[in-house]
Amino acid sequence: MYEIRVGLGSCGIAAGGLEVYDELLKETQGMDVKVYPTGCVGMCYKEPLVDIIDEDGRTVTYGNVKPSMIKEIIKSHIMDGKPLLKWVVRDTEGEKKYDNYMDKQVKIVLRNCGQINPEDIEDYIKVGGYKAIQKALTMDPYDIIAEIKESGLRGRGGAGFPTWLKWKNTKEAPGNPKYIICNADEGDPGAFMDRSVLEGDPHSVLEGMMIAGYTIGAQEGIIYVRAEYPVAVKRLKIAIKQAKDRGYLGQNLYGTNFSFDIKIRQGAGAFVCGEETALIESLEGKRGMPRLKPPYPAYSGYMRKPTVINNVETLANIAWIVTNGGKRYSSYGTETSKGTKVFALTGKIKRGGLVEVPMGMTLREVIYDIGGGIKKDKKFKAVQLGGPSGGCIPESLLDTVVDYESLTKTGAIVGSGGMVVMDQDTCMVDTARFFMDFIVKESCGKCTQCRLGTRRMLDILDRICNGQGQEGDIELLEDLAHMVQSTALCGLGQTAPNPVLTTIRYFRDEYEAHIRDKKCPGGRCKELIHFSIDPEKCTGCRLCELKCTSHAITGEFRKTYHIDPDKCTKCHTCYDVCNYDAVVIS
Amino acid sequence: MSKLKNMEDEIDLSLIEPILEEYGDDKGSLITILQETQAIYNYLPAKALTYIAERMGISEAQVYGVATFYAQFRFRPVGKYLIMCCQGTACHVNGSENILTALEDELGIKVGETTDDKLFTIESVACLGCCSLAPVMMVNGQAYGQLTLDRVKEIIADYRSRG
Repeated sequence: MYEIRVGLGSCGIAAGGLEVYDELLKETQGMDVKVYPTGCVGMCYKEPLVDIIDEDGRTVTYGNVKPSMIKEIIKSHIMDGKPLLKWVVRDTEGEKKYDNYMDKQVKIVLRNCGQINPEDIEDYIKVGGYKAIQKALTMDPYDIIAEIKESGLRGRGGAGFPTWLKWKNTKEAPGNPKYIICNADEGDPGAFMDRSVLEGDPHSVLEGMMIAGYTIGAQEGIIYVRAEYPVAVKRLKIAIKQAKDRGYLGQNLYGTNFSFDIKIRQGAGAFVCGEETALIESLEGKRGMPRLKPPYPAYSGYMRKPTVINNVETLANIAWIVTNGGKRYSSYGTETSKGTKVFALTGKIKRGGLVEVPMGMTLREVIYDIGGGIKKDKKFKAVQLGGPSGGCIPESLLDTVVDYESLTKTGAIVGSGGMVVMDQDTCMVDTARFFMDFIVKESCGKCTQCRLGTRRMLDILDRICNGQGQEGDIELLEDLAHMVQSTALCGLGQTAPNPVLTTIRYFRDEYEAHIRDKKCPGGRCKELIHFSIDPEKCTGCRLCELKCTSHAITGEFRKTYHIDPDKCTKCHTCYDVCNYDAVVIS
Repeated sequence: MSKLKNMEDEIDLSLIEPILEEYGDDKGSLITILQETQAIYNYLPAKALTYIAERMGISEAQVYGVATFYAQFRFRPVGKYLIMCCQGTACHVNGSENILTALEDELGIKVGETTDDKLFTIESVACLGCCSLAPVMMVNGQAYGQLTLDRVKEIIADYRSRG
């Protein structure tokens, strides 16, 4: 019997996966074929994806599948037993391995994503699910803590605090009841690993929470999840219900004294609520404003009781570690950063998607070997890591290894794992402005430094991008950045200046070009650029004229075209579509 | 404003009664109550907020304080089609600013506004998590990826024709 999987994470759905799924159901009616949805397997650049698995386990993956292709695929692959090679993107048998996207990856967190049906608990049990909690329940909680300590696991939400220590502190903190909270408020623009885990393997997160609950002595777990992730919320609800129905959640689990329940709370769209104390305030029904630390949540968290807050990815590691041992986990990674890390690889990259790599791999390996390099083979300019708390790393530092310490040294951070690749057509000042604009909108306003300091920084960046930058602006930005960094109350404010500081550090010349020469080297800042067509290169193909939505391009077919600067909105469409590099930005 | 007032008069508060019965005693559930209230009316009517404060025994200021803090809550009704235009990093790098401008031009409204025929509302959001398909927008929960200016026009025309 063949099994057919369709990637139906949010990304798969956005790419048209549902139509493909429906078509598959229709075309396989009456056949001995099992069709089911999975989460994201990570190869987002080829979505929608369809896997066909034969009885021997050979998995053939089709990419960029359209409903119209289904008939032909079924006919050739299922009925005639011949994979339809022209659309195959990956084949586990190796005879037609089209790309090596998966080769350097090690899947621990994403072990089940794209492999199992996330809406069916049986699928999770079949791959060994809920075995780890049963094993944990026979262990002394301190032995579990020792196992996690040996694994070297550090919090994957960004700060990298040792997970075992957080658990131990909470366990030993006075006060009852205790709580375990799953932070699924993934707010970093450009990061989507938590969404993918929740959509693709929700039970592994529940199991991680159960093990944490048993270890620290909590009976209640809360998942705080972004309302912007409706598919994740839906699958979590299904998973919790299924676990309850089977008695995996509830009273006296597996015949022990341990009782545990999990509920879901939806966030309401505030980036600051990813910060643990702000998250707690929000859970308590208040404005999500951070509390002063200490006391840490381990001692005084939700309802002022001892609370562990772990990120989704951290929790998704737990069951694997309990099953396979901390030692095996720590065999991956570097001296201080163990295990694997999931990155969301996006931007101007050929093969964008979700990658899980052992810590210690270099950025170059991730971007070029796995990601396939820059779209249209343009020149690499920077990679932005860690979102608004992170920074931009230039080409000269591409051999930096991915671990907490090495990345921090560059001024960026591992953060939640967003990795946005930027090419020659990106303006680094505009990038800094983009993040500062985000922070200004998302600052909770509790402390003046963050509320007003970031506002002033944005004003200056706006001015520079508009061509009104003045001598001294860079130094002023640096001063403000250091002030905000050292005086803000929470992580949001303390890290907010990082994108500005790293862009100044590595791309100071771009700032100077804006301020002194009134030029934008990346060709982005609208006030400083204008578009024209190079008559030498223009073939008169008319593509730019057809695509220009403001009718600014006129000319004669097969001769040359030109752009009317008064009508041009500088939207870059002509530049992007021209196949002859004839559109010039100056 | 007068239109809005008329609408406010028509708000049927009994619709949120079940929500208040379920969570009303727990002050920690205020956000959940607001979320479910918004799901019913598609925005938070002033009358409903006053009623929630009364029923929960907390000040109206406290209810407004929470409601205005979070981006999810709206104080005006939205159109039939709510367009969320993603402005995340990956989308920004891939030209989402122009996508937003194209949307505004096509519909003749600015971000946060609703068309006169009450069909469309544009919102800009921080990240929809579909970064590998950037630039992205979502219309009533349905995501559209790899947008171009042409494609935006097509999608809008499609929804317009549905009415």
